[in-house]
Amino acid sequence: MAYTTDGHQTSWWHRNQQQLTPWLFLAPGILFFLFYVIFPIFQSFNLSLYEWDGLGEAEFVGLYNYEELYWDDAFYTSLKNNVIWLVLYLAAIPAGLFIALFLNQTVTGIRLYKSLFFFPFVISQVVVGLVFTWFYDPTFGILNVLLGSVGLPPVNVLGDENWVTIGIIVAGLWPQTAYCMILYLTGLNAVDPEQIEAGRLDGAKGWRMLWYIIIPQLRPATFIAFVVTIIGALRSFDLISIMTNGGPFGASRVLSFYMFEVALSEYGFRMGYGAAIAVVLFLIMLMFIAYFLWSMYKEEKAR
Amino acid sequence: MRSMLKTSAAALAFFATATGGAFADGLTGDLKIFLDTSNPAPRATMEKMIADFQAENPDLNIETTVIDREAYKTQIRNFLTANAPDVATWYAANRMRPYVEAGLFEDVSDLWDGTEIGENLASTKGALTIDGKQWGVPYTYYQWGVYYRKDIFDELGLSEPTTWEEEKANCQKIIDAGKKCYTIGTKFLWTAGGWFDYLNMRTNGFDFHMDLLQGKEKWDSEKVRATFANWRELIDMGAFIDNHQTYSWQEALPFIVKGDAAAYLMGNFAVAPLRDAGLTDDQLDFYQFVEITPGIEMAEDAPTDTFHIPANAQNKDNAREFLKYVVSPDVQTWINDGKNLGQLPVNAKSSVDQDKFLEQGFEMLSTNSPGGVAQFFDRDAPAEMAKVAMEGMQEFMVKPDNLDKILARLDRSAKRIYKD
Repeated sequence: MAYTTDGHQTSWWHRNQQQLTPWLFLAPGILFFLFYVIFPIFQSFNLSLYEWDGLGEAEFVGLYNYEELYWDDAFYTSLKNNVIWLVLYLAAIPAGLFIALFLNQTVTGIRLYKSLFFFPFVISQVVVGLVFTWFYDPTFGILNVLLGSVGLPPVNVLGDENWVTIGIIVAGLWPQTAYCMILYLTGLNAVDPEQIEAGRLDGAKGWRMLWYIIIPQLRPATFIAFVVTIIGALRSFDLISIMTNGGPFGASRVLSFYMFEVALSEYGFRMGYGAAIAVVLFLIMLMFIAYFLWSMYKEEKAR
Repeated sequence: MRSMLKTSAAALAFFATATGGAFADGLTGDLKIFLDTSNPAPRATMEKMIADFQAENPDLNIETTVIDREAYKTQIRNFLTANAPDVATWYAANRMRPYVEAGLFEDVSDLWDGTEIGENLASTKGALTIDGKQWGVPYTYYQWGVYYRKDIFDELGLSEPTTWEEEKANCQKIIDAGKKCYTIGTKFLWTAGGWFDYLNMRTNGFDFHMDLLQGKEKWDSEKVRATFANWRELIDMGAFIDNHQTYSWQEALPFIVKGDAAAYLMGNFAVAPLRDAGLTDDQLDFYQFVEITPGIEMAEDAPTDTFHIPANAQNKDNAREFLKYVVSPDVQTWINDGKNLGQLPVNAKSSVDQDKFLEQGFEMLSTNSPGGVAQFFDRDAPAEMAKVAMEGMQEFMVKPDNLDKILARLDRSAKRIYKD
C-alpha cells in the first residue's frame, strides 16, 4: 500500500496518473489507427486470396490472383511507371533546395515571393492536374504554341504513351518542389552562422561553401524531403485520375491507380485482384519504410 | 321531415365515404426512392414526376434521394445489400446482370406478363429480361446515330449517305476541304465502343455482335477483322480528329461546333449541348448509320435507363405502383418531352415530342431497325470485358498496326472473363 508523506492512503489513479494520462490521450488515436490502418492491411492480405465482386460470396482461390498478376501486362506497365515516378519525382529535392537557397535572402517583398513559390503546394492536386491538362492540350494548349515559336513540332503529351507518364510527373513536381522548398527554408533557418563565418575565414565560398558547409547541415531536412517525396511518388493517384484516367490505353497507370481501377471503378469490382495489387504496393512501400525507420534508428543511436 | 333530412344526410355521408374511398384509394405507408439523375434538367423532371405521384397519393410518405450519377455507380452495390430503397434507377441489359445474379433485384415479371403494360413496353422487354424474367421497367431511351453539320454538307454539295461507299466518298470530300469527317473524344473509352457497335453490327449483323459480346465468338476471327478493316479505312483516310485520346466526349464538341469536323456519332444527349453552343436546327441534322454489308438488317444502339425494386426493399407494393405510374403513357409522354429528359418514351401509347431529332430517332427505331436494338457496348458486354475491349479500340484508333496484339489480348481476357 502506498501512502502519502503524511501517511494517508492514496487512490490507485492518483499514484499512476503520470503514467496513464499520456495513454488516455493517445487511446482514441491508437484505436482509430488500429481500426482504420492496421486492421485493413491484414484484411487486404486476406482478401487477396479470394475472388470476390463485392456482392456475392467470396470464393477462396489461394494465390491465383498473384499468378494472374504475373501474366498481366497492365500490371507491368503500372510497375514500370511506378519506378519512373520514384526516380523522376526525386528531382523535387534538388529543385526545392535551389529555390530555397534562392529565396533565403533578405530583400523587400521576399515573403511575397516565398508565398508565390509555395502556392502550388496549397492548391488541390485536382486543380494542378486540370491546369496542366490545359497547358498540354494539343489543340488549344499553350505548350504547343511555345514549341511552335521555337520551331519544334507539336506533341500531344497526354495522348502519347511514351510521354504521358513524364508529363504527369512534371505536373506532380510543381507542388512537390514547393513542399521540398518549404522544408529546406526551415532547414536553412537552423544553419549555424558561426560555421559559415568560419568557412568564410578559411576561404570557402560559392559551391564549396554550399557542398561542404550548408548541405551537411541540412541533412535532417533532406531526410524528410526524401521520405515525403518517395511516399508521394508511390501513392500518386489523383493527378493520373484527373489528367488521363490511366490512358491512353492504360499507358499512364501506376499500381495505386490500377488497384482502384480493377477494384472500385465503373468497370471493376474484382476486389481480390485489387487487394493483390495493394499487397504488392504495400510490400514495395514497406522496403522504403523499413529503410527510413532503420536510418532514423541509427541516427538516434549515434547521438 | 326532420327524420327524412337526417336519413338523406346519412345516405349522403355514406355515399360520400363510399365514393371517396374508391377515389382516394391512395397508397399509404412509405416509399423510398434513389435516383442517379443528378444533372439539373433530369433531376427537376424526376422531382416533378414524384411530386405528381405524391399528389395522387397524399397519404404516402415519399422520401427521395438524388445521388451523383458517377458516385451512384459505386454506391448502388452498398445500398442494395444494406439499407435498400424501395425503388432505384439503373441501366438495362448486362449492366443489371450482376445485381440480378446476386439476387438483389426483385423479379417484376408480374408487371409485364399479360398486362397492358407488358404490351405497351414490348419493344424494350428484351433489355429487361434475364433468365426469362423481367427485373425492372424502363423509363426512357434514346437513339444513337450520326449528327452532322448540314451547312457544311450543303456547302460541299453532299447529301446524307446511305451506303458505306457514299459515306467514304462524302468523307473524302470533307477531308479535301481541309476538315475532319468525325469528331470523337476517346479519353473515357466508351465513345470508341459506339463506333465499334455500329461498324460491327453493319459488317456482321446484330446476332454476331451479341454473340461476340457474350463470349460466344472469338475476337481474333475473320469477321471481327473485317469490322476493324472497315474502321481502318476511315482511320487511314484521316477521318477522325487528331489527338482524340486526350478528350472526353464533351471536349470533342467544339470541333463540330466550330466546323473543324463535320459529324459526330453519338447518342441523342449530344443535341442539347450542341444547341447550347449555338448550332441551330438548320445547321444540325441527323442520319442513320449507313449500311455496310448489303442485305444485313439494320440494328441500332438505343440505351435504356430503368427503374428497379431492390430485393431487400421494405415497401414492394408501393414500389410496384410507382413503376406502373412511371411507365404509364401520359407520364412517359411528358417526362421524355423536349423540355424535360428530351428522349424517347418507352410506352407505345405515348407520343413523341415535336423535336426534329426525337422524331427522326423514333421513326428510325420503330420502322428501320429490323435487326434489333442493342443497348450499348459497355451495357451489352460484361463490364470487365467492355473495359479491356474499349481500351483496345482506343489503342487501335491511335495505332492501327497493333491490331494483332490487341485482338490476341482480348481473346486472352475473354477466356478468363467468360469462364463461368
